[in-house]
Amino acid sequence: MTESTRDIKRHIKGINSIKQITKAMELVASARLKRARDRMEKARPYYNTVYDSIMEVLNQVGNIDHPYLKVRDVKKSLYIVVTADRGLAGGFNSNINRLVESEIKDNKENVSLITVGTKARDYFRKREYNILSDLVGMTENPTFGHARSIANIALEAYRQEEVDEVKIVYTEFVSTITQKPKVIKLLPSDSLKADEKREKRAIVEFEPSSDEVLDYLIPKYIQSVVYGALIESSCSQQGARMTAMKNATDNAEEMIDDLQLTYNKARQAAITTEITEIVTGAEALK
Amino acid sequence: MGFKLEVVTPDRAFFSDEVDMVILRGIDGDFAVLKDRAPFITPLSIGQIRIKKDNKEMVAAMSGGYVSVTKEKTTVVTDSAEWPEEIDVERAEEAKKRAEKRLNGNKEGIDLLRAELAFRRAANRLEVAKKYKD
Repeated sequence: MTESTRDIKRHIKGINSIKQITKAMELVASARLKRARDRMEKARPYYNTVYDSIMEVLNQVGNIDHPYLKVRDVKKSLYIVVTADRGLAGGFNSNINRLVESEIKDNKENVSLITVGTKARDYFRKREYNILSDLVGMTENPTFGHARSIANIALEAYRQEEVDEVKIVYTEFVSTITQKPKVIKLLPSDSLKADEKREKRAIVEFEPSSDEVLDYLIPKYIQSVVYGALIESSCSQQGARMTAMKNATDNAEEMIDDLQLTYNKARQAAITTEITEIVTGAEALK
Repeated sequence: MGFKLEVVTPDRAFFSDEVDMVILRGIDGDFAVLKDRAPFITPLSIGQIRIKKDNKEMVAAMSGGYVSVTKEKTTVVTDSAEWPEEIDVERAEEAKKRAEKRLNGNKEGIDLLRAELAFRRAANRLEVAKKYKD
């Protein structure tokens, strides 16, 4: 036995207190996950309605030359990177950062970023990327206002032709145990295209004009996509943290079991040695 | 029988029911939507939603958005909507004061526009709260 029984006892105690912390964090994450999922459910009708309205307009007027829909040669790109403010969530943050880097490759000087969460901000600031704007401290509780300000920065940059495409990188919430990093192109949007085959529905009036309605609707749509991404990312974050903490707790339990076994063996060995010593001592006295 | 009205905001489905009439504030002023209106989409400005159903009127404050009328239903999409009893009067007062200060602060461009919008939202909330809160 290399470790004395007292050392093992101390080691068990240490692991046990870590286990308690990870267990508590797991419970907190699962409570927050529930709240985040509720919010995701509530946001969905809004997103769907805005999307339906835009499609309605586009299907009626056809693919028009709207500044937000026009495809330009891509020289400069803008990435919106959504991570968390805190770690201890398994590969949640590093998966996103790695995905962004693999998207950008060596094109660093033609890329600007909007980062959400301290993890992305710190990572890319250290690597000297051009960060247009950063938001921190809201990743667990995103509001529509946050999404609006992010989207407006992106829309403005696109309209001024400072960038030729805008992409958002976030973590899709598949289920509590599965989350997938994902890239979507916001501008020019892939999903906003008139369906040529679809038959025309009843003629819709636009007040004041279809252009002006689109001027209003497209930014709204972009804002709602950003909002959706923020919310989904906040769900994924909690899910990832919950899983990570659950694994940590399980590992701690396993280690405690192992150590307990070692402890018992060491104790047994010590007792045996002692008895042998006493017996030998008694024998010697005879 | 009336028509189906839905009011949706990013954080909830605010209202969904059969109504007789809804009065909204468009860019150029108030207008009403009745049953069987021709399909129609238009932006809305900061103002009130007045919903009439069975000779009763319900009023809510809303902060801009748009309305889409189709054959099946009328949908109002807005960034935020509140019933009078949900309005936080104190918060709105504060927002109004803050916006006023900013408006008097000789700012230019986008900040001025933002302050003006904030002022109008706060003023609208206060108006609705005062008028309809019991």
